[in-house]
Amino acid sequence: MTVGIVLVSHSAALAAATAEVSGTLSGPAVRLEPAGGTDDGGMGTSIELIRSAVSKADAGDGVLILMDMGSSVLTAKTLQADLEDANLEDDGGTPLVRLADAPFVEGAVAAAVLASTGADLEAVAQSAEQAWSMRKL
Amino acid sequence: MTLDTATAVAWITRAAEIIRADESRLTGLDAAIGDGDHGANLARGLAAAVTSLEETQPESPGKALMAAGRGLVAKTGGASGPLYGTGFRRAGKELGDGTDATGVGDALEAMLRGIEEIGGAVQGDKTMIDALAPAVAAFQEAAGNGADLHAAAVAAADAAEAGLAATVPLQARKGRASYLGPRSVGHEDPGAASTALIMRALAEVTAP
Repeated sequence: MTVGIVLVSHSAALAAATAEVSGTLSGPAVRLEPAGGTDDGGMGTSIELIRSAVSKADAGDGVLILMDMGSSVLTAKTLQADLEDANLEDDGGTPLVRLADAPFVEGAVAAAVLASTGADLEAVAQSAEQAWSMRKL
Repeated sequence: MTLDTATAVAWITRAAEIIRADESRLTGLDAAIGDGDHGANLARGLAAAVTSLEETQPESPGKALMAAGRGLVAKTGGASGPLYGTGFRRAGKELGDGTDATGVGDALEAMLRGIEEIGGAVQGDKTMIDALAPAVAAFQEAAGNGADLHAAAVAAADAAEAGLAATVPLQARKGRASYLGPRSVGHEDPGAASTALIMRALAEVTAP
């Protein structure tokens, strides 16, 4: 089992760099997909970019989405509601998605490292959310 | 008068026009306490909503509002996209065959609940909820007293504008403005301003 991870940021560069940092620490087994910026390359969020990243990240074991803030959170919540509606219609063929209430970079690293061990979606989400309590000083 | 398909399409089209006309005022409000993109974002999102209506040619008012919501979610780019987009989709889903004032009041309430659910804001947080919640309450009260669709929509638009004015002394608790703390006091909330325009558009297109 490998849970996929999607990184949603206002900035394409921030999402890609966070995927790079997390991937370096987790190793290559974890699918980390950035979904940053708008679909025309600007600063903001795009539900279609997130939807496509979720499809790419999903290996059948579910996908954890981490968001930076503001419209990233709102757009991810909107996509989650869409996917739940779709799941009701197609009887479970749509990827299972969980949103992480976690700090973006630290949560991504924590989630990616645990996902590399084959942990399930809920455990990977909790790993991301526990990153709040990792003090730095 | 009922909210038939043509009137629902006219509502979205008129909202797109007046948001576009007021784009620089909305962006100015947003530049004071937000990230300065609300006017441009919402104008783009509503233009996409109008395009979505032209492409799908919806056969019911509910489907028209849902198509508009999809366009808003897909193209707005900022926080107002998922908020208004979810709001219009929920309103469209709620709007069945009962498209008189009472039915539209129920749809507007579904819009409010959808936006609250996605955004997590409550009245007093200095957001679009501060215009929308009183607008929905005024609409439902008017409809309950026997007002027709236009009279209820006028009551809603007036209440939204009063709600907008009441955001000036509030301190923001959501979005970029919330980082400003007390410095967010003294400005109109841009989301409440766009909500007031959208409610005014409904009043205009339902006029006899």
